[in-house]
Amino acid sequence: MTDADRAHADVAVASEHHAHRGSPTQPDLMGANVKIEVRNLDFFYGKFQALHDISIQIPEGKVTAFIGPSGCGKSTLLRTFNRIYNLYPGQRASGEILLDGRNILERGEDLNRLRARVGMVFQKPTPFPMSIYENIAYGVRLYERLGRAAMDERVEWALRKAALWDEVKDILRQSGKALSGGQQQRLCIARAIAIKPEVLLMDEPASALDPISTLKIEELIYELKDRYTIVIVTHNMQQAARVSDYTAFMYMGDLIEFGDTNTLFTNPAEKQTEDYITGRYG
Amino acid sequence: MDIYLRRKIVNVFNLSVSALTTLLGLFFLFWLLWVLFDRGMAALGWDLFTLDMPGPGSDSGGLRNAIVGSLLLTVVGVLIGAPIGVLTGTYLAEFGRYAWISPVVRFINDILLSAPSIVIGVFVYEIMVVGMGHFSGWAGGVALAIIVIPVVVRTTEDMMRLVPDTLREAAAALGAPRWRVVTDVVLKASISGIMTGILLAVARIAGETAPLLFTALNNQFYTLNMNQPMGNLPVTIFNFAMGPYDNWHDLAWAGSLLITLVVLFLNISTRVFLRAKK
Repeated sequence: MTDADRAHADVAVASEHHAHRGSPTQPDLMGANVKIEVRNLDFFYGKFQALHDISIQIPEGKVTAFIGPSGCGKSTLLRTFNRIYNLYPGQRASGEILLDGRNILERGEDLNRLRARVGMVFQKPTPFPMSIYENIAYGVRLYERLGRAAMDERVEWALRKAALWDEVKDILRQSGKALSGGQQQRLCIARAIAIKPEVLLMDEPASALDPISTLKIEELIYELKDRYTIVIVTHNMQQAARVSDYTAFMYMGDLIEFGDTNTLFTNPAEKQTEDYITGRYG
Repeated sequence: MDIYLRRKIVNVFNLSVSALTTLLGLFFLFWLLWVLFDRGMAALGWDLFTLDMPGPGSDSGGLRNAIVGSLLLTVVGVLIGAPIGVLTGTYLAEFGRYAWISPVVRFINDILLSAPSIVIGVFVYEIMVVGMGHFSGWAGGVALAIIVIPVVVRTTEDMMRLVPDTLREAAAALGAPRWRVVTDVVLKASISGIMTGILLAVARIAGETAPLLFTALNNQFYTLNMNQPMGNLPVTIFNFAMGPYDNWHDLAWAGSLLITLVVLFLNISTRVFLRAKK
């Protein structure tokens, strides 16, 4: 079945109750390239199926948000894009996830190289037990041989990008753990972008932070989006509305609706989406 | 009786009893330390570190050969035992986390941890001393290593498990291969705890007598040759304390004080070490 066929098929059943056990209509990506294409993805934690037949196209160079109530599978979906779930036996995915057209779920996929291309920022700040400088240089050294000056430059570049440079430029040799929570999270973002990934996955990056730090992170996402394809998971709908170009609403392991953020929030096609964004559940 | 009053009385009673038992324990501890200091200080001087063990009937003498022997045996024990322990602990906490063999290893390790040290002594006697035909420093070192291993395995695994999985994920998400996640991040985050475990293992073997009786035996003369029987403090204390001479008794006290001080120092320094890291 071609993509067009699938889209038609989906539209045809959209009004039926189980339309969601399939995929909702893809929004018009306005000519943007598709960076990640998920096709019929199922995901299992042991015997429990957490994702049902998800198909979605993530546009390149845009911010895509996944929203939905706790346990809806939004983080699970995000964690398939760099196959970080592979660290745990018993977690498995079936279907296809095409990154630039290549299926990353295939056996033999080099996970380390994949993760160098698809960076990730986690819910809680996770600075390594090293200096601020080393926290950033660590990932870079894994895949690049840089001289001292070039490395200094890269570290500064990443910290500037993450809006942290001014706060830490005089304490680069201090432990990354000595920073505040918001600073630690920006350090983690700097660390992720320092290795120049193509995609940046963010799993509720601001949920453990105070409002001011949250605002900084959101500004940062806005700054970064012209360079990276960003996928962000958030349970904060206002945040999704503020930072994203496209939004996907998930519920109970199904992708309910995917559309450009404006439309999804102002004129959702699905009743479930409307109920959620108007606060009737979730 | 009023239920509140009753609870207060029970509370006071329990608090007093636990305070009293604590005092009782401390009383004996300090008594022991006091006697050790009182008797041990008498023979504690330069001679203790510069002269070798006196023979029967001779005056004065020191414990130089026993101190050096104990140091050597401990160093050998730790050098053999700590790497094996750290690697095994790393396997249990990281690579073999879901392997069927891990619970088996953990169980056996726990048994080894509580095995009477004399059994370990007899075991090494059987596999090394009998084979070589004589007692030796190497056999003593191996016996101590077998005591070190389970302690270090346990602390290494426990300390590595304290490192949150999110940190492992974060390192893996940068494209770091599994072994680099372990060496660069997990080990770095848990190294102070692992060092503490090793120091505690040193404290544990510093005073072990039984496993040395069957392996390193003892040696009245100064030697650095690990192929020969080797002098060491615990067995010397045992021999001298049982001996008929007063200067032997003094030296036994001094040796006891020395070991106690070393163990005390190790325990305190691990605490300081851990606190500084936090």
